[in-house]
Parts: sequence; structure tokens; C-alpha cells
Amino acid sequence: MNPTLNTQTGISLEVRGLHKSFSGQPVLQGVDFFVEPGEIFVVMGPSGSGKSVLLKHIVGLELPDAGEILLNEQIVRGLGSFSQYRVGMVFQSGALLNSLTVGENVGLYLTEHRIGTPEEIAQIVAQKLQIVGLKNIEHKFPSELSGGMKKRVAIARALVIEPQLMLYDEPTAELDPLMAVVIANEILRLNQTMHSTSIVVSHDRELVFGIADRIAIIVEGKILVVGTPDQIRSSPNPLVQSFITANVSKDRNVV
Amino acid sequence: MFHNIGEMMVLFWRTLCAWPQAWNQRRKILDQMFEIGNASLLMACVLSLFLGGVIALQSGPVLRERGLVSLLGGLVGLSIAKELAPVMISVLIAGRIGSAMAAEIGSMTVYQEVDALRTMNINPTHYLVLPRLIGIVVMLPMLVVLSILAGWFGGALVATNNTGIALSFDAYFNNLRQVVNVKDVVSGLCKSFAFAAMIGVVSCHQGLKTQGGPRGIGRSVTKAVVNSIVLILILDYFLTRFLMVFEQ
Repeated sequence: MNPTLNTQTGISLEVRGLHKSFSGQPVLQGVDFFVEPGEIFVVMGPSGSGKSVLLKHIVGLELPDAGEILLNEQIVRGLGSFSQYRVGMVFQSGALLNSLTVGENVGLYLTEHRIGTPEEIAQIVAQKLQIVGLKNIEHKFPSELSGGMKKRVAIARALVIEPQLMLYDEPTAELDPLMAVVIANEILRLNQTMHSTSIVVSHDRELVFGIADRIAIIVEGKILVVGTPDQIRSSPNPLVQSFITANVSKDRNVV
Repeated sequence: MFHNIGEMMVLFWRTLCAWPQAWNQRRKILDQMFEIGNASLLMACVLSLFLGGVIALQSGPVLRERGLVSLLGGLVGLSIAKELAPVMISVLIAGRIGSAMAAEIGSMTVYQEVDALRTMNINPTHYLVLPRLIGIVVMLPMLVVLSILAGWFGGALVATNNTGIALSFDAYFNNLRQVVNVKDVVSGLCKSFAFAAMIGVVSCHQGLKTQGGPRGIGRSVTKAVVNSIVLILILDYFLTRFLMVFEQ
């Protein structure tokens, strides 16, 4: 295995005054926050609030109109950050390559960057799949997997990079509650065992309050509040309260 | 339109710069070559067989009326080698392979697979575009060579079997050998080489800029095929004009 992949320490992330508009429509309007190395930081907000766009900026898939992103106190721009830091991302859809088998998907980074022999890559793939609780599925295609398995394979694929910063985009979306708990436990376990910094974007309240060290609430492209789960629960901000306490009431829906 | 042309030229340049990566991508290149050849060989040969046949059928009786039927082999041979096989097979490949490239890369773009490649520091130009471009640039001229042979044979079949033409197999091929030079075939191959690069770039470019869901993929496929066919015909004129300089 490439020796450059062996150091496994989380890195800090700072987002400063991030602005982004698409076709004149503002999506991010001055986002600022700081994430400590090794922290699980959750960005929570309603659909369309700019959470996924924020993640794309952090990973370098989008460039900001204004503002900057700092990894370990160094400004990074675009995909250039990958030459210095190992950043893994788990997409909402999993984004597994459908034409490749599970094993080829998980080992893709190693194969394409020619890190290790085919036997070593197969061994690493099996090990990473085992970490996320999957065994002997290397020869299956993504279309043969359930939604939860696809998510776990996507996590295994990101783990192969041995990320210093791990980004999760809606990791429990479209999963049943039991599988959502499995994924949440995986995120916690990986953070504890691998000590990488984790940024999770989600609007799943159970997940957010279950795993977060700190939570940021983002609404209409602005961070409303940042704090620990307890601080967020006791926030006096009515928008925050309405978001974290929203519930379906059968009585209220009956006309 | 100019923005698109600019983007395609940048993509083409980046793919050319990625040439040293070709050895690393050899498995994918061979897969693409097999895919293109396997999918199109029979259809290309059948198309050219009938193309040669129909030229012979249309022009044979007219030439016989004027006592010029012995020139039929050269007429069919030149038309097929210099113009019809390169253009028609390229149009066929644009429809069959260009559409598949745009659909596959388009679907990967829409479902964030291309973004996933980028986050793994895998350049989509190296991983997706380079193997497809090399595959089509190698295979299309090969298909054109086989199509030229099929077209010549198709013309010969009609010339010998149609009573309105009644030209012997030997007379047909003797005239063809006298009229058609190696440089005529090479001229057709040069065209097909350029058309192949153009189809590959247009289709991969459309795939990579796909937006939206399945409808977006459909739009990209349509644009890839239509733009490729239009550009084949435009490029054909300019290439013919350019190659004429070397024939004089």
C-alpha cells in the first residue's frame, strides 16, 4: 500500500463568507463555520437550503462566487485540495459506477492510481467492506444491492482513500429506520476508529441528534445557529425550534 | 453555439494531452474497440453492400445506353472509397455508437458517478473520454476499409446479375483497379479518421454536460447524434476540398 495513505488524522475545516448563486438565484449567502479535527459536524436544514451545494464546495466540485474554504488553515480552491489532503465523499445516491462490480467500485481509487498489486487491492477491498458489515459481495453489481447496502458500499469506497475529512450527503435518505440506525452507527464507529473529521449533511433529526458533536442549522443559504445538540434544542430562535420540533398532528390535519 | 464548439475543442485538446495515459487505460480501450466493432461490423458491411449495389443499379443501365458500361467498376469504386463509405459509415456510427456514448456518460453525469470519480481524483477525461476516443478513432477507419470492400462487391453482384447491365465480374474489377488508386482509399480513410474523432468528442462532450434526469439524457443523445451528422457533412466538404490539393 502507498505509504502516503498511512497517516490517519483528522483535519480542521473552516468555511469563510461562502456565497454562491445559480442563474442569479442565491443559494449560499455568506456561510461561516469552523470544524475541529476529529469532530462530527452536522449541517441540518430544510430541502433546498443549500446543504448539498455547501458540501460540493467543500469537496471542490463547485467554486464559490465569493468566500473561501480552508483545510488545516490552508486555503483550498476546487479539486486541488486532493493533492494535499484525502477527502472522501459519500453521495446521497451512493453514486456507485453501475458498470463496475462492488469490488471494482470499492477498489477504483487504488486501481486507477496504481496503488498496490491486484491481490493487495482485493485484500483492502474485502477489509473495507468488512468494516461496513458486508462480506462476499465483491462480484455483485450495484443493481443487485438494496439501498442500504449501496450506501455502505459507497462508504467503503470512500474509506479506501483513508480520508482525513469525510463528507456524507444525506446518508440516511431513502432508508428504512433500522437501516438508518445501522448507517448512523457506522458513521460513529468510523469516526471513533479512524479519527477523521466528519461533515454530515442531513435533515433526519434522529440521525443528527444521535451522532453530532455540533450542529449547524442552515436556512435559505445562511447559517442560523451553530451549537451542541443541547444548545440547539434550547435555542430561542423560532425558526430553529419550528424545524427541530415539527411534527405531524392528525388532529390539526382534520378539517 | 460558439461556446459549445470552444468547449469541444478544449475537451479534444485535454484528451490529446491525456495520450500518455492510454497504456494505463488499455483494458477500457480494448473493451471500447470490441464494443464498436462488434456492434457495427455486420451493419456497416450490409449497408455498404447495398450502397454499392444501388449505385451500380442506378448508373449501370445509363452507362450501357451510352456504351460506357465498362467504366462502371471505376464509378462504383471511386464513389464508395472516396465519399460514400466514409460518410455513410460515420453517420451509422454516430447513430449507433455516438448515441451510446452520450447516453452512458450522460447517465453517469446525472447520477453523480462523474462527480464521484472527481472526488477520487480520477480525471473523467482520462477515465471516460480517452478510451472512447481512441476506440472510435481506431475502429471507424477499419470499418470503413471493410465497408469499401463490401460496397465494391455489392456493385459487382448487381453489375453481373442485372440483365440491364450485364457486365462481367472481371471487366468490373479490371476497370475498378485501373481507376481507383491507393491514395483514393487513403483519402477516404483520412476523412473517416477525422469523422471518428469528431463523433467521439461531440458525444462525450454532450454526455459530460448532461443536466436533469432521464429527459436530459434523452436530449443529450439527440444532440450528440444530430450535431455529429451535421458536422460530418460540413467537415466532409472542407476535407474533400483540402484533400484535393494533394491529389493535383
